[in-house]
Amino acid sequence: MWNMKQLEYGALARRANQIKKELRQGVRRPYKEVIDVFQGDLHRAGMKPLTFVRQVLAACVYPPLINSSNLPLDVRQRAQEELGRCVGGSVGSYSAAPGIPEIIHSISEFIKRRDGGIPSHPENIYISPGSQWSISNILNVLVNREASPRTGVLIPVPCHNKTVLSITQLGAVAVPYYLSEEQGWALQVEELQRAHESAKGVCNPVALYVINPGNPAGYVQSQKSVLEVIRFAWEKRLFLLVDELYQDCVYGENCEFVSYKRALSEMGPPFSGTVELASFHSVSKGFSGECGLRAGYVELVNLDPAVMKHIHTLFSKDACSPVLGQIALNLMTDPPKPGDPSYLLYKQEIEQIRTVLVHSVKKVHEVVNSLPGFSCPPIEGGLFAFPRLHLTPKAIQKAKELGLQPDTFYCTRLLEEGGVFTGPGWEYGQKEGTYHIRYNTSRALFKVHH
Amino acid sequence: MSTVQDVNPRVRGIRAPVNLQGLSVKKPFKSVIDVSSGDPHKAGMPPISFIRQVMAVCLYPELLKEKSLPLDVRQRAQKLLDMCSGGSVGSYSTTSGGLPQVQKSISEFITRRDGGVPSHPEDIILTTGLQKSLSVFLNLLTSGEGKTQTGVLTPMPCPHTLPMLLDMTGLALVPYRLFEEQGWAVNLDELHRALEAGRVHCEPKAIYISNPGKPTGEQPIVGTSCTAFDLFYIRGLIVVTDEVHQDSVYGQDKEFISYKKVLSEMGKMYAETMELVSFHSISTAHIGEGGLRGGYMEVINIDPAVKKYLTVISSASVLPQLALELSVNPPRPEDSSYNSYTQVRGLSYGNNAKRACEFLNRVEGMSCQPSMAGLFLYPRVHLPPHIVEEAKRLEVKADVLYCQRLLREEGICVGAGCENGQEDKNYHIRLCILTPPSTLEEILARLRSFHHRLLEKLA
Repeated sequence: MWNMKQLEYGALARRANQIKKELRQGVRRPYKEVIDVFQGDLHRAGMKPLTFVRQVLAACVYPPLINSSNLPLDVRQRAQEELGRCVGGSVGSYSAAPGIPEIIHSISEFIKRRDGGIPSHPENIYISPGSQWSISNILNVLVNREASPRTGVLIPVPCHNKTVLSITQLGAVAVPYYLSEEQGWALQVEELQRAHESAKGVCNPVALYVINPGNPAGYVQSQKSVLEVIRFAWEKRLFLLVDELYQDCVYGENCEFVSYKRALSEMGPPFSGTVELASFHSVSKGFSGECGLRAGYVELVNLDPAVMKHIHTLFSKDACSPVLGQIALNLMTDPPKPGDPSYLLYKQEIEQIRTVLVHSVKKVHEVVNSLPGFSCPPIEGGLFAFPRLHLTPKAIQKAKELGLQPDTFYCTRLLEEGGVFTGPGWEYGQKEGTYHIRYNTSRALFKVHH
Repeated sequence: MSTVQDVNPRVRGIRAPVNLQGLSVKKPFKSVIDVSSGDPHKAGMPPISFIRQVMAVCLYPELLKEKSLPLDVRQRAQKLLDMCSGGSVGSYSTTSGGLPQVQKSISEFITRRDGGVPSHPEDIILTTGLQKSLSVFLNLLTSGEGKTQTGVLTPMPCPHTLPMLLDMTGLALVPYRLFEEQGWAVNLDELHRALEAGRVHCEPKAIYISNPGKPTGEQPIVGTSCTAFDLFYIRGLIVVTDEVHQDSVYGQDKEFISYKKVLSEMGKMYAETMELVSFHSISTAHIGEGGLRGGYMEVINIDPAVKKYLTVISSASVLPQLALELSVNPPRPEDSSYNSYTQVRGLSYGNNAKRACEFLNRVEGMSCQPSMAGLFLYPRVHLPPHIVEEAKRLEVKADVLYCQRLLREEGICVGAGCENGQEDKNYHIRLCILTPPSTLEEILARLRSFHHRLLEKLA
């Protein structure tokens, strides 16, 4: 399903870049700028960075600012602290490969708080330049290129493409399990079962990749669903890889983010001590939205110490993550507290972002469903809408004649004629015969919506 | 639960890093000086103010109004912010291999550097630093096992992170010896020999060259390069050049010559067909910002499909791209930051290298080739038999034991030559000499004291 597509990815992106270039050069088109709602890039969509974060980072980059009375006291103190942990007092030095120890400790404290007191151990946490890097490293440990039968990894459909690329690049097989569009893209255990069965004779599934909240499908798993998945992983002896990047982006009513680690721990033995889990988070999404800074972490649970040793070697051979990104990660997991000078502004900015996101998502849902030929379930979380396109047979035929996937054809026309850059559904996977587009919802209200 | 047997054999096969810092250290000295890796800031070199000021403003644009910052800093930051999506360094850079303006600036810089040999923006791919981009590129070459396993000709000694990287990507390391007595020269006959030896057990498809040499600091002689290129051409080898130390060439009358330039002067047949990939990084550029993790690669005559893949797969962070932009377009004489920028720039690699080399050559039991470039010195240490024996007993390599003892007794952390692929009995250590002069004196003094004590044990 995926292999040949590797080099076709990005064709639309290159075209979008080309059009942007032409517009800058003054070429006339029916629109003045390309509205880019393709990537989950909050800053590009118009969201402003958090003031506290940027002030601290600026002072870390140029330490004389620590003496500037223009910056709040807590900013200056924080920058001083962060620099104190950097080798040579500079963000330009390498740090230890797994990450700056104090920051790792801080992350473990954050996880503990988030999960109601369940302990998190620093030695099980690794920082890397973005979640894809960690996911790739863990996959590297699990996938044996030379194995026969080949290693398999269960992945949701739809799924964002970078992980799938990593899987196939390593020589493993991506085994799809289809999320149920009719139930708002819910994850159904029966479907997991079917997918696992389908792998018999084809490959040996060793891992289950879950995205919660979803990307591009905007679902948020219920507690019940999470427990079912853990039980399934336990039964089939699957390593759980859980991408929880959008944990801060939950807006559906009666929806709540349930961390896999917490759920696993609360299930008690035999699950809590045996199911292997890797959960991923990053500064790219959520309220920080700092995808350009490149920082994320993975927390590993229930791994054999001998296996951890190899993981440690693997992470050590990479040079460290960008130090500024690590600091941003620290600021995300250890933000200003009530009483700190920056607290009020920080809280205000977060609330504002949250309000806009919730509003955006509602608006997008309304608008999309009101358009003929579109249908979209309610978006509970994440940053994307993945509406279904009901294309006419004529349109599908036309696409086939041009040698394009029907949804790519749609997206291409949308880009050329409407100046809106979206992602065609086939890049994420979809049921045969259905077409979708992926659209970053945050853009809707941060900028003027056409 | 997965056990070690389930772990990917390739991961199990990665040689574990030599972990010196993990040792508990007794302290007859005030502080540990770690010069085992090429990290200028760790060694005490200050970052360049101009770069840091501009980056601070890019991070927190409110500072555009800050009058205490020089005008050229603020103007430059504004220009850079205009290149970023949403005017923020927090956005992803575009999917075309980097910020277009930065690709353009780098290609212009390369053209200037190579005396007019054209460089094209679309051949420049911004990266998250040497290690990752090298790994991504080499991964594309990997195939086969046993006799059909892809091999990479690798200098011996080589950069200390390279052997692990090759293990990880499943590539065979085919060593070609550099000749210490000739100033670590690359020898054509040796290349032939290595290639033939390599072909017995694998399929060599690429040659890795450090230019200037890491850790040895030599500059390949141009004459050799031309005939060497002939060899590469005939054997269809992809030339992978690690040119990250290009900014630190200091030997007398020496200047950096890129392999791309050499290739361009060899005539159309070579220049238009030989596949060449060269790497640079901000970690070791004169700005020394290793913690930012950034760099670029220039791909010449590479298959368009491969190039497309590389641009899609690289997701370079925005800030280091901006730092690169600043380093290839530094302040001009009429800018207010010009003086402070050039002052720092001219710093002492050359003096340090000369001083350290002379000093070590006078220490009994040590010898050192003059270094002409790069951040490291790679002196040879003659180890007395008792150390070699003790190492055998403790089941560690002798040069590793030497480094461990040096750390424990004198608080100096250097790198062991075995990490650089030095497998023979010619023991070497590796130290970064890009430190403030006073620190260097301290290092040299402690090293000499340690080595003398070691030799005295014989008496």
